[in-house]
Amino acid sequence: MKSSVITFPGSNCDRDMDVALKKFGFKNKMVWHADAELPKSDLVVLPGGFSYGDYLRCGSMASKSKIMQSVINFANSGGMVMGICNGFQILVETGLVPGVLLRNKYLEFICKNVFVKINDKKNKYFKNVNNEVLELHIAHNEGNYFCTQDQLKQIEDNNQIAINYCDENGKIEDQFNPNGSIKNIAGIFNKEKNVLGMMPHPERMIDTSLSGEDGSLFFKNLINNLK
Amino acid sequence: MKISVIITLKKDVLDPQGKVIHQTLDGMGFDDVNEVRQGKYFEIDTKETDNDKAKAKVEEMCKKLLANLVIENYKIIDPK
Repeated sequence: MKSSVITFPGSNCDRDMDVALKKFGFKNKMVWHADAELPKSDLVVLPGGFSYGDYLRCGSMASKSKIMQSVINFANSGGMVMGICNGFQILVETGLVPGVLLRNKYLEFICKNVFVKINDKKNKYFKNVNNEVLELHIAHNEGNYFCTQDQLKQIEDNNQIAINYCDENGKIEDQFNPNGSIKNIAGIFNKEKNVLGMMPHPERMIDTSLSGEDGSLFFKNLINNLK
Repeated sequence: MKISVIITLKKDVLDPQGKVIHQTLDGMGFDDVNEVRQGKYFEIDTKETDNDKAKAKVEEMCKKLLANLVIENYKIIDPK
C-alpha cells in the first residue's frame, strides 16, 4: 500500500505520520506542498502542525497551495484522504468536508489524551475495528467544530460523523467535550466517506512505552481495509 | 487604489474572544457595553484603477480566501 504525506511550511506532525505509516506497512512518500503532482497513492495524509503559521484562519493558506488541487482531484475521484488536526482544518477550508474549526470554547490550547467513540464503521477507516472507543491524543487551539444547522442536518442524515468525544465507556456528554464542538464531534467524513478529517492524532498512540496502542489499532486496521 | 474589507463573524457564531474582551472592558469600568464582536480588517492596495472592477476583484478575494462564508460575513468599503 502506498501513502503520501503532504508537508506544508509549518507542518510538524508530518514525520510522526511517516513513522506511523511505515511501522504498519505503508510505503510512504513525503510530498512537498509546492509540487504539482501526487505520486501514485492509496492514501493521502494532511498532517498536523501550524501550516503558514495559522495566519488568517488555520489551514486557509495551505488549502490553496499548489499540491492541493491534485489532492482535491484525488479525493473527488474516490481516493482516500485523511486530515489530522491542522490537516482537518485544511480539509474544511478546501470544502472537501463540511463545517469549520473555531477557537476552542475556553480559549486555551488543549494537549491531552481523550476518548472518542466510533460513530460509523461502514467506511474504510473504521471498518473491522473491534473497539467502540479509542483513546487518542489531541493538541490544538482551534478544534471547536462548527457548522450551520442545514449542514448539521445533512451530516447527520448521511451519517457523516466519524468520531465523538466521550468518556472511557463511550458516553457522549457535554462534560467530555474538550473544546465546545457541536455534538462532541471530533471527526467527520465527506458524503462518500473516502475523506476523513479528525482532530485527534492516531500517530501519537503507536508505541506502548511512549503513549498507548489505540493508534496502532487504527493504522493496522486501515492498511488491512485498503488491501 | 486602496480598498478596505471588514470581516465579521456571523450572528449565530460564538465569539469567545469578543466575550473575553467584553468581560475585561466590564472589569475596567466600561460597564455599559452590551456585546463585543471581534473581526478582521484588510487594506488591499491594487493596481486596478477602475472602481467597479477593483471592487469585483476584491469581492472574489473575499469569497475565495479572506472570509470563510460558513462563519463570516465580509463588507467591502467603497474606495475614496
